[in-house]
Formats: sequence, C-alpha cells, structure tokens
Amino acid sequence: MKTLKDAKVGETVTVVRLHGEGALKRRIMDMGVTKGTEIYIRKVAPLGDPLETTVRGYELSIRKADAELIEVR
Amino acid sequence: MEVKIALAGNPNSGKTTMFNDLTGSNQRVGNWPGVTVEKKEGRLKGARDVVIQDLPGIYSLSPYTLEEVVARSYLVNEKPDAIINIVDGTNIERNLYLTTQLIELGIPTVVAVNMIDVVRKNGDKIDLKKLGAALGCEVMETSALKGEGSHEAARRAAELAREGRRVEAPSVFDGSVEHAIAHIEESIEGRVDKRYLRWYAIKVFERDEKVLEELKLEPGLWKHIDEHISDCEREMDDDAESIITNQRYAYIARVVSSAVKKKQSGLKMTASDKIDRIVTDRIAALPIFVVIMAAVYWIAMGPVIGTPITDWTNDVLVGEWCMETVRGWMEGAAVAPWLTGLVVDGIIAGVGAVIGFVPQMLILFVMLSILEDVGYMARIAFIMDRIFRKFGLSGKSFIPMLIGSGCGVPAVMASRTIENERDRRMTIMTTCFIPCSAKLPIIGMIAGAFFDNAWWVATSAYFVGVLSIVISGIILKKLKAFAGDAAPFVMELPPYHAPAAGNVLRATWERGWSFIKRAFTVILLSTVIIWFLQSFGSENGAFGMVEDNNNSLLAAVGGAVAFIFVPLGFGTWQATVGAVGGLVAKENLVAIMGVCYGFAEVAEAGDEMWSILAADYSGIAGYSFMVFNLLCAPCFAAMGAIKREMNSPKWTLAAIGYMCGFAYCMSLVIYQLGGLILGQVVFGFWTAVALAVLAGMLYLLFRRNPYGEYGERLRGKRASANA
Repeated sequence: MKTLKDAKVGETVTVVRLHGEGALKRRIMDMGVTKGTEIYIRKVAPLGDPLETTVRGYELSIRKADAELIEVR
Repeated sequence: MEVKIALAGNPNSGKTTMFNDLTGSNQRVGNWPGVTVEKKEGRLKGARDVVIQDLPGIYSLSPYTLEEVVARSYLVNEKPDAIINIVDGTNIERNLYLTTQLIELGIPTVVAVNMIDVVRKNGDKIDLKKLGAALGCEVMETSALKGEGSHEAARRAAELAREGRRVEAPSVFDGSVEHAIAHIEESIEGRVDKRYLRWYAIKVFERDEKVLEELKLEPGLWKHIDEHISDCEREMDDDAESIITNQRYAYIARVVSSAVKKKQSGLKMTASDKIDRIVTDRIAALPIFVVIMAAVYWIAMGPVIGTPITDWTNDVLVGEWCMETVRGWMEGAAVAPWLTGLVVDGIIAGVGAVIGFVPQMLILFVMLSILEDVGYMARIAFIMDRIFRKFGLSGKSFIPMLIGSGCGVPAVMASRTIENERDRRMTIMTTCFIPCSAKLPIIGMIAGAFFDNAWWVATSAYFVGVLSIVISGIILKKLKAFAGDAAPFVMELPPYHAPAAGNVLRATWERGWSFIKRAFTVILLSTVIIWFLQSFGSENGAFGMVEDNNNSLLAAVGGAVAFIFVPLGFGTWQATVGAVGGLVAKENLVAIMGVCYGFAEVAEAGDEMWSILAADYSGIAGYSFMVFNLLCAPCFAAMGAIKREMNSPKWTLAAIGYMCGFAYCMSLVIYQLGGLILGQVVFGFWTAVALAVLAGMLYLLFRRNPYGEYGERLRGKRASANA
C-alpha cells in the first residue's frame, strides 16, 4: 500500500482512501483531501518534516505521521 | 429592529479586513467565554442597529476543534438573523466547503466572493448567478482590502434578515443519502428549531457526538435511525462522516466547474510560489529564518530602538516626569507622607513598571502582525514544527521563547498567534523560564558574589531556562489535561501578500490596549499590596510607616516563611523578601536585598553586598537562589499577561503554580545533590527528598506516554480502524 508519506517531491498522486477515524480523518478531509483528490508534493521542510503539498489549488502542510494515513496511487 | 449578522469564513479569507472595514472603530474585543479564542463584535458603520459578530476563522463546522465548536454554538444557539460568508475567490473550492455547511442552517446568507480583484487579475471569471443558484443564496463580489463591495454585502444581509425569509438549502448529497436525511428530519421534527431541521438531520447522520448528546434520542428511535445510516455506509463502503464530506466536495467540484472559468491551469508559478521556493528552501530556509528572527529581536529588544524607548518610558516618563512631579505637588501641598508614598511609590511606580513595557510591546506587535499578515508566521510553524512538537509545543512557540529572553510580558502575549489551544497554553506556561532582561542583575549578583564573575554562570542560566522548557514540555504533554484527542497537524500555508497597514495597526493596538487594561486592575492591586507590606510595620513600639525597611511587615512575613527555603539553601528572611519583592519587577530583587542588608543603595548587580552574601551563603546555595528566582512566578506584569491570555482563573493558577513548583524542585535538586557532590551539603532528610524528586522527574520524563506519542496514536487508531 502506497501512502502520501512514500510519495516523492514533485510527484502528483491521487487519494485512494483515508485511514484513521474521528477527528483525525475528519480534519484531513475538511481540508479537501478526499477520495479521488489530486495531491502535488511541493517540498519537504528543511528539517525533513512536514510536507508541503498543493491540494485543490492551495498549499497545505501535512506531517509525515498524518501523510501515512492517506493511501494514494 | 436590531439585526445580528454573523461574519463567517475560512482563515486567511480576508475576514478580519472586512470586519474592520464594516465596523471601523466600533469594535468590542474580548474572548469567547472560558476559552482562549478571541471574540470580536461591532456595529455596522452608518447603520448602528446592525450588529456584526465576527466568528473565529474556520474550515468546517465539525465538533472537533475549539474554534469550530465556538462558531457552531453561536450559530445554533444565538440564532443570528443573517450570515455573511466570506469566501476567498482565489481558493474557491475549499472555501465553498464551509459555505455548503452554513447554508444548511436555514439562516439567510450572503456569500461574499472576496479578493475579486486578484481573481480578475488572474484572468479568472466567476459566474455569480450560477453560483448563487447552485448554493441557494445571494452571491456578491467583494474586495475587502480595496474597500469594494463589503458594505453592499452587509446592507444586503441586513435586508434579508429583515425580510426573514426561510432559505431552502440545495440537495447536495446523493439520492440515498438525501433519502436517509429526509427520514431523519421526519424523526426529529418538533425536537429542534424548525429553521435548523436540515442541519440537525445531517449532523445526526454524521453521528455528531455533540448533537446526539444535545438531542438525547430514545434508544429505540436512535436504533431505527442508525439502521438507515448503516445501510448507506454499507452501500458506499465508507463511514457516514466521510460520505458527507466526500459528497460535499464532489458537489462543489460540479458547481465550480460550471460557474468558474480559470484562465490558467493550476501549475503556473505565481509570485507567491516564487517567494515560497526561496523562503522555505531546504537549505536557505534556516538562514533566512535566523536573519528574520534576529531582525525582529534586534528591533524590539536591541540597543537602537527597543531598549532606549523602554528606558525612556521607565526612567524619564514615569520616573522623572510622573513620579517626581506628583511627589513635588504632594509634598508642596503638605499631604501626609504615607499618602504621598502610596500614590507615588505604590500606585505610580507600580503602574509605571507595567506601562514601561508598552512601547516595546507595541513595536514587537507591529512586527508580529506584519509577519502574520504577509504569511510568514505559518512558514515559521512549517520550518520549526519538527523540533517543537517533540516537547508538545507548536513551531510558532519559537517566537514567544525568543521574545522571552527580552521580556516575558510581550512573550506571553505573542503566544496568541498559536492556533491550537493546547500548544498555546503550554507555551504560556513555559515561556517565562527563559531569563528575561530584568533577571540579568540577579544573575550578575550571583556570578559576582560567588563565582568571581565566571562566564559560565550566565550561560548556564540560559541553559537552565531552555532545559526547563524541554523538561516541562515532555512532562506536561503526557498529562491528561494536555494529551486530549489526537489532532492531525494539517495547516494551510497562505499565499504571501503585502501587509495591510490598517490590519497591522489595529491588531497592535488591540493587544497593547488589553494589556494596559490589565495593568490597571490586577497588577496595580498586587503592587500596592507589596508596597504596603514593604513600607509599614512596627517601629519603636508603634505601628506605622517604617524608616528602616527591616522593621517592615514584609520583613516580618519574610522571616515567618523563610523556613520554606531552608531546604534550598537560602532560608534567610533577606533572600525571602528579595524573592517576594522580585514579583513587582525582577530587577527590584537586588535593590531590595541591598536594603535588607543595610545598604541605602546598591549598584545594579549589588556589588556592595557581594562579600556579605559570600560569607552568608555557600556557592551552591547562591546558585540555587538564582535558579529559583529565574524559574519561579514571573513579575506581576507577566502574571497579568498570563491571566489575560489564559482567560481562565484555573489555568492562570495552574500556570503560576506549576512555575513555582518546578522552580522549587529544580532548586532543591541543585542545592541538595549539587551540594552533596561538591561537599557543601551533608546528607540529610532533604537530600533524600531531593533524590526522590529527581527520580520522580526522571520517571515523568521517560515514562511511556499513556496517551501515546503523536505518530503512535495515529497508527493505533488506524490499526483499530482496519481491524
């Protein structure tokens, strides 16, 4: 299973499924990361975490621990 | 008729600018009851019967974040007459997500598509008619920054409110979901306000904990509804909450594709992208961060702007102009000396000590507001997150801690830029551990009296400060009050843009003013009490103002409680009185101790009494005294700031109590165990206690987090969800 954490900088991936539940999952989805959404990985922060991505036309920063909940292809 | 309009929208949508534009100077700023979320209310310029309530910036109406709960309960319980939903036209998809939730409330809503000037500049076209038809509400164009359209939107909202028409929300969801929702509506009809029926029904479908708690459905009815929800979940192979969210976004995607024509496809580099590429570049980001932070610090605390202004306010404005002038008047009018003392040395000096911080604070807040307004604050969190989250803090905690080395008061107030309440509280509790400039004379006194002015004393003081933050962060984040639910760290990085002078100045003024108000209440009272204790006492068998400070009530109180500090190595009344006097202003500590030791006046670092101190205390006791005073409760001004930012007596006491307790433990361990190693202390009861305290601290530090570390908590949840 590939997650957003495994995606490389410069890659564009599509969300297959979100894992986790409750507040965790809801918060990520509220920000527009839903099934079928395209995510472009812009960069990794200078200290290696979090990630900076483009989702639905805006910049979203996600920690790698959270990115692991997002299954992509 | 008075009309209440709620202003709702995403963070970074220009909501603050629009609020300022609509209400001008007619604003009341406070906090929502019991939480640290700011509350702003104002009256519409030119129509004083229209009240505008600014809601916190939110992305959704979920029951999970504090801001969203505050906004939700306002919308449902206070029943505003209309809503202005401000939507960032350049980021319309995610912004409309909140819109789809707001329109379900059945309250007349005007959607203000903001930043329309930027949309036009990008060459994009938004068809307002189509958008309005799809959303079932009025849509208008605005550019809050350019003052375009805001007032029209507000007027229209007020009209709709007066008409009081019920709003029909569009069918956003798929057939089977809409069917289930209609079914729930039927079941709960009559239990909720008619206007909010659809909103409640959707929340019940989502199995929203807060709403279910409120409705208290009978088990039989809930079981029946639950079956319908479960049917949908099985059909769509997802949980109800996700079904709703997914379908909302799917609906928005359809609406946007028909109503919005983008000139360029997404991947063109904008000016903001170009700036971001450099500012958060893997290699350049940290040096740029250091330069920006150094500039902020240098301007606010440095020798050219910050320090002279503070010195001038303290010494000239308060000291010479206010205190001496008033003293002159009062002595000239032959007022009783105690009254002159109360007014000049008690009230004016006390308030002055606080007001002295204001200019520096204003300078700092101008800079922080600019950093926030241009969008760099979010990047600070992005860059520093990796380090700070280990201690349960936010990347944005860096700024309060940096500022804390200058002054704890603006540092505590700077914590307001941290979104997460838990991170904010923990930052407030720990930021005063960093030695502020007023604590430098204490460090100087100890270094001079005991350690021959060795360089390592001051260095170690900062080290103790940073170490205390790290230890506290790790210990506190494992406590129930701070562990809470696992909240993912997903943060928008807004586009960079030029700061708006109006916003910066207003934000600066609000923060400064709320501090000044505090200065005249809590801080003033505490200062007057200390002044009274210090100036009055029994002398020559009569109670009254004392000539010799050693006869004061404060000295008596100091003597009575000094035993508390015996285990820390400085259980003398002089040291105790010094520590208490330090609460008014930490730099007072040295002067007060000087008086206690019989000097009329001592140099800043108390050079005159070094030999006495060296004779009276051991080196390790001196060091322990320094550590205690660096870490314990800060001055009254900082405590006032803590109270203001915590907005809760319980949390204020918890913060100050924690600082004092932590300071006591650290000093105990340093004095007893350090002294034992150096041969200055013999093993006794308190040494054993110190060992136990150390063991306890190590346990709290290294124990497994009972609530799970951040990543673990996520994985744990995933494992249980997959099972």
